[in-house]
Amino acid sequence: MIEINNITKSFKEKQVLFDISGTFFKGKNNLIIGSSGTGKSVLLKNIVGLITPDFGDVKYNERSFINGSEQDRKQIRREMGMLFQGSALFDSKNIEENVKFPLDILTDFPEDEKIDRVNFCLERVGLVNINKKMPSEISGGMKKRVGIARAIVNKPNYLFCDEPNSGLDPQTSIKIDNLIKEITSEYLITTIIVTHDMNSVIEMGDHIMFLLEGKKLWEGTNDEITKSDLKELNDFVFATQIMKQMYLR
Amino acid sequence: MRSLGKYVIFMGSLFTRRETFNTYIRLITQECINVGYNSLFIVGIVSIFMGAVTTIQTAFNLVSPFIPDYVISLVVRDMAILELSPTIIAIIFAGKVGSSIAGELGTMRITEQIDALEVMGINASSYLVLPKVIACVIMYPMLVILSIFLILLGGYFAGTLTGILSSVDYLYGIRYEFIEFNITFAVIKALAFSFLIASISSYKGFFTTGGSLEVGKASTSAVTNSCIAVLLADYALAQLLMG
Repeated sequence: MIEINNITKSFKEKQVLFDISGTFFKGKNNLIIGSSGTGKSVLLKNIVGLITPDFGDVKYNERSFINGSEQDRKQIRREMGMLFQGSALFDSKNIEENVKFPLDILTDFPEDEKIDRVNFCLERVGLVNINKKMPSEISGGMKKRVGIARAIVNKPNYLFCDEPNSGLDPQTSIKIDNLIKEITSEYLITTIIVTHDMNSVIEMGDHIMFLLEGKKLWEGTNDEITKSDLKELNDFVFATQIMKQMYLR
Repeated sequence: MRSLGKYVIFMGSLFTRRETFNTYIRLITQECINVGYNSLFIVGIVSIFMGAVTTIQTAFNLVSPFIPDYVISLVVRDMAILELSPTIIAIIFAGKVGSSIAGELGTMRITEQIDALEVMGINASSYLVLPKVIACVIMYPMLVILSIFLILLGGYFAGTLTGILSSVDYLYGIRYEFIEFNITFAVIKALAFSFLIASISSYKGFFTTGGSLEVGKASTSAVTNSCIAVLLADYALAQLLMG
């Protein structure tokens, strides 16, 4: 479980996050949604420690990440896996080396064991016989799956996904969503996903936090989101014709 | 001043939360190949031609029966050791290696590869930058020594093959009143310049924000700032050690 308390962040004069608090649950797909430029990715970066908030704290199973010791932070980081918007695979390494990288740095497993684990994770995300390919030789959807394999290779307790299906076709997006959903429930991971894709919200939103202009406006489940009376939320959810036709008949 | 402070803090961050010794050995070896071995061709070509041109131009300007021929190679030798190899090759090195470092780190920054390292608990600056700085500091003095040799070799061929001076005069000139400290001075300069080039280029690349346009700007800025820093350091070291 991850708790965020009163997260506030400004960049120079511009305040981006306003006193955001909430809880993200273990074994659930926790979604942070909102329009572009509303602070979702900044909030995620605060949670994983890429940005330090001006005020507030992030707790991983009661362990403070922001105000904790360097040792605690290091330990918590070892329990994290993250899928980036652009996959963030290392260009100079092949697929196998990319997936193996966290094991090389964070563990002292024998090489055979590392390769077995890499192959297991690549198979788990549906990729075989691409170990020696370079990131530039595979498609965007495959890169995302390699990114997921790298994120789960060290058996994380916390998985973070920043716009996991941005730039992907609808079919591949659904595959990626299903994969994240399966992995979350299979390994009982606390997963936080930043997205503005309504299909993902409806399909996998066990717990959803809606942000608008840096403020948390609503929290609930995918069943509740289509029944809310909140105007700003409805404007976001029912922005497309498909959603209007499906839920506002 | 703000940038200078940020640069100093960045340099300090290279030595915190370090990885294992073996990790650095592997990375430094790889970087030594990138910055040293891969620069051999350009350094070699530039040095040989600088030696040849310097010999011909020095000879052209020393047309007097009162000046012995061996003075030509003496001038070439001192120019090579004191300025051409450490400083001019540093400018070439900044253009090749500095822009490459800034471009690589800048691209890693905008494609979130540096963020990926940080999320894994790796100090990205130490992991990515420290090996580059150490590799440059190890390899550049070697390139300078090689460059001095090649300048003298280029000068020898240009001088003897065109009949400007004899082989005996050339060899006599390059050994005449040789000051050993000049080599030490060249190596000190090489150490300082390589550190400046590697660290400034890394700093520029590491803090790139935006997209591919900004990566290009960071590379250009890395080369420009490195060259200015090299020239300032050149003056400061000359004043300190020879003034």
